[in-house]
Amino acid sequence: MTTIALPNTAIVYPSRGLRGAVRDALTVTWRNLVSMTRTPQVLVFSTIQPIIFVLMFRYVFGGAIRIPGVNHYVDYLMPGVFAQTVVFGSIQTGVALAEDLHKGMIERFQSLPMARSAVLAGRTFADLVRNVFVITIMVLIGFIVGWRIHTSVWGALAGILLMLLFSHSLAWVFALVGLSASSAEAAQAASFPILAPLVFASTAFVSADQMPGPLKWFAEHQPVSIVIDAVRSLTYGAPFTSNGDVLKAILWSVAIIAVAAPLAVSQYRKKV
Amino acid sequence: MMDVSDAIVVDGLKKRYGSVVALGGVDFSVPSGTVLGLLGPNGAGKTTSVRVLTTILAADEGRAEVLGINVAEDPQSVRERIGLAGQYAAVDENLTGSENLRLVGRLTHLPKQLMLERIDELLTRFDLEDAKDRPVRTYSGGMRRRLDLAAALVHRPPVLFLDEPTTGLDPSGRQDLWGVIEGLVREGTTVLLTTQYLEEADRLADNIVVIDHGLVIAEGTSATLKAQLGATIIEVGFADPETARRANTALCNIGICGQGAMPSIVELKVDDSARVVLEVVRTLDAAHLEPTTLTVREPTLDDVFLSLTGHKAEEPVAGDGDTPAANGRRRNRGAA
Repeated sequence: MTTIALPNTAIVYPSRGLRGAVRDALTVTWRNLVSMTRTPQVLVFSTIQPIIFVLMFRYVFGGAIRIPGVNHYVDYLMPGVFAQTVVFGSIQTGVALAEDLHKGMIERFQSLPMARSAVLAGRTFADLVRNVFVITIMVLIGFIVGWRIHTSVWGALAGILLMLLFSHSLAWVFALVGLSASSAEAAQAASFPILAPLVFASTAFVSADQMPGPLKWFAEHQPVSIVIDAVRSLTYGAPFTSNGDVLKAILWSVAIIAVAAPLAVSQYRKKV
Repeated sequence: MMDVSDAIVVDGLKKRYGSVVALGGVDFSVPSGTVLGLLGPNGAGKTTSVRVLTTILAADEGRAEVLGINVAEDPQSVRERIGLAGQYAAVDENLTGSENLRLVGRLTHLPKQLMLERIDELLTRFDLEDAKDRPVRTYSGGMRRRLDLAAALVHRPPVLFLDEPTTGLDPSGRQDLWGVIEGLVREGTTVLLTTQYLEEADRLADNIVVIDHGLVIAEGTSATLKAQLGATIIEVGFADPETARRANTALCNIGICGQGAMPSIVELKVDDSARVVLEVVRTLDAAHLEPTTLTVREPTLDDVFLSLTGHKAEEPVAGDGDTPAANGRRRNRGAA
């Protein structure tokens, strides 16, 4: 057995300021990513489920639905499937934070000389990395099943960035939900009813034109539809170019972050 | 001014949660290099005290200092100098043992080489070397606790907070952990230990502070607390509570009044046990009250707690009926 001499005066390694905060956030991100790759539920959410969604929606709905002005439904559908997957995936942010809170991890973090911002920054950044991975998989599968970009590579990249920005804004919403929930299961249960109407009462799979009045209005003006239509305008072009959806989608994302992030931070401070 | 030899000073600490008073003005200090046992039942304010001292929670009133640094004014400097191992082993189940230690090493900003050496030392010392590359979810309860304690020690903190470190552990796991804590103390670490286990405080703590309902109700060494009760306890057991009650009346008549922790036992706290035993036997014999058991023993901290608070240490204050820890403790005693 090794004997370890413990000095009574501590040797400390202070780390303050922005550099320290970035370093600590990256450490927490590393921990979250390693932890994610060993959580079967998250792995399925991030790999198998996106693949199944792309294949299922492509071949189940692919032949049945016609969208005016679009030759191949797959070009209309894929942005919807991508968005749906990252939107539902954002529940994981809340679930993971609720778990850390109730298993004492956050308390340990609080007692360490790390930046206070690192827990939430590391969580949301890890989830952003996960979404990059998820979107990459879906884009590849999408190409295999016939999805094509009708604009340019830059348009498609801009579309992907837009989806990442929007998913990041939702991560803050679900960080707030997760920090307010009494357990990880409760966080999960509370999240689905928030997202289901946004995903399904949207233009993800069909055009809003066939929907009844109030639903049509909701489907056309809610953020998930706006983001999906913006991605379509960036990957397909006409008839999706005219309505300024890209700007609206960016504004929605920024607005959600502006509201949800301070609330999540204040809820985090309250919890500890 | 605080005494420079005190590693921890708590002065008039108050904390309320709504209408619930968690700390009602707590004072204590821990001399450098010693172990303080903070003893009390569930909800007494032990964990709240630790949370304030470890900068997790802000107190409403009062002063708390660690190594002369005020926890409210300079929490980051306090955090650099303390380690915390909690009730719930706060380690990531999906990370391996050594990854968990690396996480803490990075977040305490140790230089990489030093961190890796330190982690190797800790894994050896806590007997986790063989398991270091396995995810923590495959660990036993005792291994998790050891890893949790190791994680609190990565940055060599001179002050260590242990919040009920052995709650829920089996007897051999507790013995192991006690040995490890004793080793740390020998090397000069100051330890604040909260516990509901009186024998744990008895074994590890130089000084004991008993708290109940957010107030310090007694403090001293294990020996002085026991001495407050008289030197010896005589327990006379009877077949039923009624006989015990009559026996107590008879004994009271000759000036030896007892009290009972259990209804059918009369408990006498005396200085001169040999003489009293004789008198007890004579009195009971004369009254035709036959005891089923007669035990003469030294007082335990259980007795201290009962006489200070009117309830046993393992009884929850609010009567929420949730005493898995206490049940565990009884089992442990039986097996020891």
